[in-house]
Amino acid sequence: MSATLPSHESEAIAVAAERRWTWIVGAIIAVLILMMVVTGVHWASMPPSRVETIDVKTLHLRGEFIESNLGTAIESDGRVVVRLIAQQYSFEPQCIAVPADTPVTFRATATDAIHGFIIGRTNANTMVVPGFVATFTTSFSRTGEQLMPCHEYCGTGHEAMWGRVQVLPRDEFMAKARPGERLSCVAR
Amino acid sequence: MLHARKLVLAHFWVAFIAFLGALVLGAWQMYIRSPLSTWINNPEHYYRSVTAHGTVMAYVLPTLVAMGFGYAISELALKKPLIGVRWAWAGFWLVVVGTAVAAVTMASGKASVLYTFYPPMLASPFYYLGVVLVVVGSWIWVALMAINLRAWKKQNPGEPVPLAMFGNVAGAYLWAWTSLGAAIEVLVLILPASLGLTDTINAGLARVFFSWTLHAIVYFWLMPSYIAFYTIVPRAIGGRLYSDTMGRVAFVLFLVFSMPIGIHHLFADPQVGAGFKFVHAVMTAMVSVPTLLTVFTIVASVEIAGRLRGGQGMFGWLRTLPWDNPMMLAVTFSFIMLGFGGAGGIINMSYQLNETIHNTQWVTGHFHLIFAGAIVLMYFMIAYELWPQLTGCAPLSAALVKWQIWLWFVGMMILSMPWHLVGLLGMPRRMAYYDFTHPELQPQAWTVTVSAIGGFILLASGILLVYTLATARKKEGTVVAPFTFSRTAHPSAHTPVALNGFGLWVAMMIGLTIVNYGYPIVQLASLKEAYVPVIPIGSR
Repeated sequence: MSATLPSHESEAIAVAAERRWTWIVGAIIAVLILMMVVTGVHWASMPPSRVETIDVKTLHLRGEFIESNLGTAIESDGRVVVRLIAQQYSFEPQCIAVPADTPVTFRATATDAIHGFIIGRTNANTMVVPGFVATFTTSFSRTGEQLMPCHEYCGTGHEAMWGRVQVLPRDEFMAKARPGERLSCVAR
Repeated sequence: MLHARKLVLAHFWVAFIAFLGALVLGAWQMYIRSPLSTWINNPEHYYRSVTAHGTVMAYVLPTLVAMGFGYAISELALKKPLIGVRWAWAGFWLVVVGTAVAAVTMASGKASVLYTFYPPMLASPFYYLGVVLVVVGSWIWVALMAINLRAWKKQNPGEPVPLAMFGNVAGAYLWAWTSLGAAIEVLVLILPASLGLTDTINAGLARVFFSWTLHAIVYFWLMPSYIAFYTIVPRAIGGRLYSDTMGRVAFVLFLVFSMPIGIHHLFADPQVGAGFKFVHAVMTAMVSVPTLLTVFTIVASVEIAGRLRGGQGMFGWLRTLPWDNPMMLAVTFSFIMLGFGGAGGIINMSYQLNETIHNTQWVTGHFHLIFAGAIVLMYFMIAYELWPQLTGCAPLSAALVKWQIWLWFVGMMILSMPWHLVGLLGMPRRMAYYDFTHPELQPQAWTVTVSAIGGFILLASGILLVYTLATARKKEGTVVAPFTFSRTAHPSAHTPVALNGFGLWVAMMIGLTIVNYGYPIVQLASLKEAYVPVIPIGSR
């Protein structure tokens, strides 16, 4: 085609095609960003995000992450909150019980290295960095037990650091839960 | 013609020998954690191997290829001998010594922190010093590229800088600024702690500094391959470069948008707020622009080759392409992997979808496909293209080259596709073994076996690469044709002044990085509670 056209004309065609593609690229990027904004604002779907620090040297002695306070709690305002600790090479508690179809807030921190976890096939996924509290809220639609591996390399025992999450039917969970107590599915 | 042959050859040989070693480790890792093997007796050996594999593949191989190719471009594109050959050798030896120091430290088990070295875990200081030497060596290359371009500009005032050199210097500036994040992390936070001068470290701040380097380094890896797309591929397959200006636009956009996006690696982290995560997500969307432009320009350049060979109609040019030409195959494979890897990358960078796959095997699949696949495949082609210039050999056997890149492409797809699949199912990465007897994991076991087979195909391809390069001999009477870069379809087009220099773009690069990283860094550095005790690794 270009052989039959004078050079400047074929060049004009080339530039026009290039410009069209540039517009398409711009549109693709605009749509992607719009999708992020809409899902973020409309569904309040956000990555876990609040810069909250905690002193690793005292967290086992006082405050929210002492051993007796770990596990699943029903707060006075009715929210379900799971508090857990990640450490080389286990989670505390090792088995977490949560109700299905209910917003569940996770609050997690680490005592030593950087850890992280993902719960089975759900989108519950966070890093757990020492010195910081990771907070996110999710809900589980499928009941049953899921695996919860540590997904950040945390040392030589990393491959053995697997917790479990039991998603109970909401009624069953509520029947087991006592106000002020901390629930987990660790065998006694 | 090439004067600094020995210099360039030395870079490529060290790069590919280290690469082959890391490939052996990679294949072993795939085997040892698959159902084909029993659980590894000492998981530390696995992490030691991952550390070495990652350190060589991420730092040593691409740095040496970028440096060696960069020196070659400087001579071939500017058509004058390299200024500062002695300094270049000094840089080379710094990289070699750094690699050796890091390798010995890793091999003795004193550095099993993985190549991403996330504190508070700390390796022996010798590991970090080794990596620092590699980086310092590469900074000499950065300076030499800038000096050579300057000298050429002085002799050729107002002339457009050849596209290959333009991309090369863009890559050098990009790397200088990119490596700064990890350099600050290592020099200010990690080394004092590793040397025992301090016993606490801010793990969140260290991750933010590392993210500055961790994403942009990808564009440093990618630069040599993109230079090859624009300035070698069209010539090698008998086409024309569709647009020289678009190449320049792509290179400067990488310069501007590579750095201020690294926090997308930290979407799931607690130490960065939602606002900056969102800003980095948007900027990451912007960095896909130069790649989308490149895809158009290169496909259009290939189309010209098809049409020059008599291809007609909407798709007829595809049939007339030189499919038996190794470069044609290579660019096809590279683009297929770039396509899948890029689509995966858009999922990773999107503010919300990341939660599904963050830190799963998906991520490993993603960066193997896009770096080890699309980019490293072009490193091979760069070596094959340069080899006759470097050694005086006849062009390499097309059959061997085609076997090698076929094996690499097939192996990489077999390796990385199962990883994507199980990543979606939530399989975590960086595990020395999996309990395949567990009912939840048992159905995923076959994917690990398949990936291991892919790993061995890749090893075979790597051996073939080294064999092909090593057996290329100088033959009597071989006349090596002078090296040429692609011609543009419309050579009359003038180059805008802004796209013939870097001032504006480097200023934007630095400005955007400061805007996007300044506040998180200052905020984190001032959090006293965030300093946590260090964990020395390998102290036994």
